[in-house]
Amino acid sequence: MTRRFSADVAIIGGGLVGSSAALALRLAGLSVILMDKGFCGAQASGVNYGGVRRQGRPMGQLPLSQRAHQIWPQLNALIGIDGEYQRSGHLKLARTPEDFAKLEHYAETVKSFGLDLELYTGAMAKARFPWLSGNIAGASLCPDDGQANPRLVSPAFAKAARDAGAIVLEHTAVHAAVHTNDGFALQAGADCEITCRFLINSAGAWANKIAAGFDEPAPLSRIYPSMVVTEPLAPRLPVSLGEEGGGFYCRQVTRGNYIMGGGRGYALADPDFSRPSTTAALSVMKRATTLFPHLAGAHVIRFWSGTEGQLPDNNPVIGPSGTTPGLFHAFGFCGAGFQVAPAVGAILCDLVTSGETATPIDAFSIERFRNMSSQHNEKKGTHNEMVE
Amino acid sequence: MNETASVVVVGAGPAGICAAKALVAAGLRPVVIDEGLRAGGQIYRRPLVDDGRSATDLYGSEAAKATRLHREFDALLPSIDYRPQTLVWNIADNQLHLTANGVHQRIGFQNLILTTGATDRVLPFPGWTLPGVYTLGAAQTALKAQGCTIGKRVVFLGSGPLLYLVAWQYVKAGGDVAAVLDTAPFAAKLNLLSAIRFDPRLVLTGMSYAARLVRRGVKLHYNVRPTGVDGSQHVEGLNFKSGAKTHSIACDAVAYGFALRAETQLADLAGCPFRFDDRDRTWLPATDDAGRTSCKGIYLAGDGSGIAGADAAEISGELAALAVIQDSGMAADPRRMSVLAGARRRKAKLRDILEKAFPFPQNWFDQIPGATTLCRCEEITVSSVIDTVHGNDLRELNRLKALSRAGMGRCQGRMCSAAMAEILASTQKLKLPEIGRLRAQAPIKPLPLSLHEAGS
Repeated sequence: MTRRFSADVAIIGGGLVGSSAALALRLAGLSVILMDKGFCGAQASGVNYGGVRRQGRPMGQLPLSQRAHQIWPQLNALIGIDGEYQRSGHLKLARTPEDFAKLEHYAETVKSFGLDLELYTGAMAKARFPWLSGNIAGASLCPDDGQANPRLVSPAFAKAARDAGAIVLEHTAVHAAVHTNDGFALQAGADCEITCRFLINSAGAWANKIAAGFDEPAPLSRIYPSMVVTEPLAPRLPVSLGEEGGGFYCRQVTRGNYIMGGGRGYALADPDFSRPSTTAALSVMKRATTLFPHLAGAHVIRFWSGTEGQLPDNNPVIGPSGTTPGLFHAFGFCGAGFQVAPAVGAILCDLVTSGETATPIDAFSIERFRNMSSQHNEKKGTHNEMVE
Repeated sequence: MNETASVVVVGAGPAGICAAKALVAAGLRPVVIDEGLRAGGQIYRRPLVDDGRSATDLYGSEAAKATRLHREFDALLPSIDYRPQTLVWNIADNQLHLTANGVHQRIGFQNLILTTGATDRVLPFPGWTLPGVYTLGAAQTALKAQGCTIGKRVVFLGSGPLLYLVAWQYVKAGGDVAAVLDTAPFAAKLNLLSAIRFDPRLVLTGMSYAARLVRRGVKLHYNVRPTGVDGSQHVEGLNFKSGAKTHSIACDAVAYGFALRAETQLADLAGCPFRFDDRDRTWLPATDDAGRTSCKGIYLAGDGSGIAGADAAEISGELAALAVIQDSGMAADPRRMSVLAGARRRKAKLRDILEKAFPFPQNWFDQIPGATTLCRCEEITVSSVIDTVHGNDLRELNRLKALSRAGMGRCQGRMCSAAMAEILASTQKLKLPEIGRLRAQAPIKPLPLSLHEAGS
C-alpha cells in the first residue's frame, strides 16, 4: 500500500541542518515532512567533534556563525535539553611564530565581528593555562566559544521537530524528486509518495545526488574525520582546543573523557561507512601526550569516524536553487557545520516563509559552481583545519 | 617496512594451540599472538610461575588434556613465531595492529585464524558492582593463575556448566562455598540425561560436581533470582528468592555468570558477515563447517565463533588450520577434515542440550529494580536505559548506545551489551535479531595514550 503525504515543506536529510529547519518551520506554522535515509542526526551531525566555535572561520561565515551563537544558549527552551552546551572558550594554539602571526592577523581582521579574541604569547599562554605544555609560540582565546555533545543535540532537534508536529520518516531514503506545477513530488522509502510546495535538500554528504537531479551539481566530495576518546579523567582541560594549521583538536567533556581528533579516516567498501585511520589516531595521541603531560598513563577507549561533505572552497552551499523555484539547498559544511547548523535551519525557514533572510548568504550560493566542470566532483578536501 | 606473515593465529587456547600444531605439521611457520603470559587460554590457564600445584590440583578432571596441550604447545615453540602478552586491537587492510609493552606494531597476513575465545556473559542485579562480586571466570582465574580465592566464604550464582565446576574447584582447593544458586529450575537438569549419548564422560563428570558439592554440605538452590547484596563497601551477604521463598546468606564474595559470550570484535573489524545465533542469543560471525568466513583468508575457531567448549575448540582449531592449508593449495587430508567436521557437529548438538540444562534466565529484568546499574563503565541505570528507549521509541542497539551512553565506556559494551540487548528487545516487545548488534570499534580494548610506534 502506498503511503501518501502532503506538506508545505519536505526536507531531505535529518541531520542538524534539516532537523533545525524542520523545527523552525513548524514553529512558524508550516506543515513539515522530514526524511532521513537512516536515523536522524546519526551521520556527521551526530558523530562530529562537538566544537561550537566561531574562531577560525572565514569572515564570510561570521554573520551566520554569530546568528548561531545566539541560538545555542536557548537549547533548553528549543529542544528540551542543554545538549551539554557550555561556553568554555576556544583556545587556538600556534606551534611556531609564523602560526602565531596568522592568529594575530586573524584577530585583527575579524575585530569588527565582536569575537573578543584574546591573544597570548607562548609564555603568557602557559602562565594563563598551566596545564599546557610543549612547543607553543602563542595562542588565541575566544572566551564565548564552546562545545556541546553532538550525539545528543542532533537527534534532540529531530525529536523536538516531531514533538512540534513534523512528520519524521526515518529509514526513508528519497529515490526521486521532481518539480511539478505546484511544487514537488517525491518517492521515498518502500512505499511513500510525498507532495510539497517547498523542498529542502539538507542531505549532507549525500546531497549532491539531489542537486544534480535538479541540474545543478556541486563539486561535493567526502571527508572522514578521525576521532579518539580517552577513558574519563579528572577535570583539567577547561577549554576546547585547536591548533593553527589543523592537525589536532581536543576537549574534555563533562563526564571527563578527552575527545581528540586530527587527520582523516577512510571509507569502507560501502562508502557510506568509514573507519578512523590508525596512523592519524596514533599521531593525535602523540600530540596529546606532548601538550598534556598530565595524560601520561591515560588510556584511549575508542576511535571513530563519520562522513562529512566537503566543497573545494571550504564554504557550504546555503540558499535557493539556481534552477528550480521552491527548492533550497544547505549542505557541504566541510567539517565545520555543527556550530552554524541551527542558524542554517533558521535561515532556511526565513527563505521558505519570506523568500529572503537578513543573514548574508550570497557567498554560499550553489550558483558559484555553475561553470565548474564535473571533474571537481572527485577532488579530495585537503583543508584540515575546519574539522572541529 | 611492516612484515607480512603467511598465517597468523590470534589466541593460544585449545583452538589456537591445535591450529598452530596442524599448521606446523604441514610445514608452515605461523605467527601465534596471545594476550596471555603463557599459552593455555582461559580454560587451561597456567599459573604465572609454577607454584608446586599439580595438573590435577589445577584442572581436575581435565588435567590430562591440559597437560597434553601445554606439552604440545611447548614442543611447537621452535617451529612458530610466538608472541605472548600481545594484544591485537585492530584489523584493517589485511593488517593486524598489535601492542606489547606499550609499543605499537603492525603485521600483515595472508591467512588469519581468529581464536579469540569468550568471556562470561553477565547480567545486572542489585549490588553486582560492589567489590567482592566477580564473574565465574574471574573466580576461576584467581584460583588457577594466582592460587587464591576471591573471598573466604563464597556464593556461586548463575547458570551454566561453569557454575558447578568452579564451585567444586573452590571446595577442592579448601575454599568455603556458602551456597550454589542456580537460576534455572531443577527440572532443567533432566535434559542432561539426553546428552549422555553424545559425551557420557563430560555429562557424568559435570553431574558429579553437584553430587560432590552436596556431599560436602554445600546448599544448592534452584530457580533463584538475586534481590540484593548486603554491604556498603564490600560484599557482606547475598539476598535471593528461590521460587516464592526469600533467603539471605552471609558471604564476602559472590561469583556469578550466565554461560559465556563470544569475543567477536576482531572478526567484526575484519569485515566478516554476522548471523544471529538463537542458542547463544547473539550475533556471531558466519562460517562454514571448517571455520571459513566469506572474507578471503580469514578463519575462525573456538568459542570466539560460537560457544561450544574446550573440546570443540580443539576440533575447530585443527579444522580451521586444515582449511587454510587446503585453500593455500597444499595437501590437507580430506578424510581427517570430514571426521573433524562430524565431531564438531556432534559437539554442537551436545551444546544445544547443555543450553536446555543451563538455560538463560528468561524474564530476568522483570524483577530487577530500575535503580540497578546496567553499564558499570558509564554508570547508567536500567531505568535510565528504559526511559531512553521509551522517550525515543528506540528499536536499534547502536542508537540506544548513542542516546543512553550505555556501552560507551572502557569495556565498549563487551560486558553490558548482552543485557542492553535483552532490555531493548523486551521493552519494545521485539525479537533479539530485530534490534541489531553493536558495531565494533578499534581499539577493542583500552590502549595506553602513550602508545608509540616500534623504533620511534
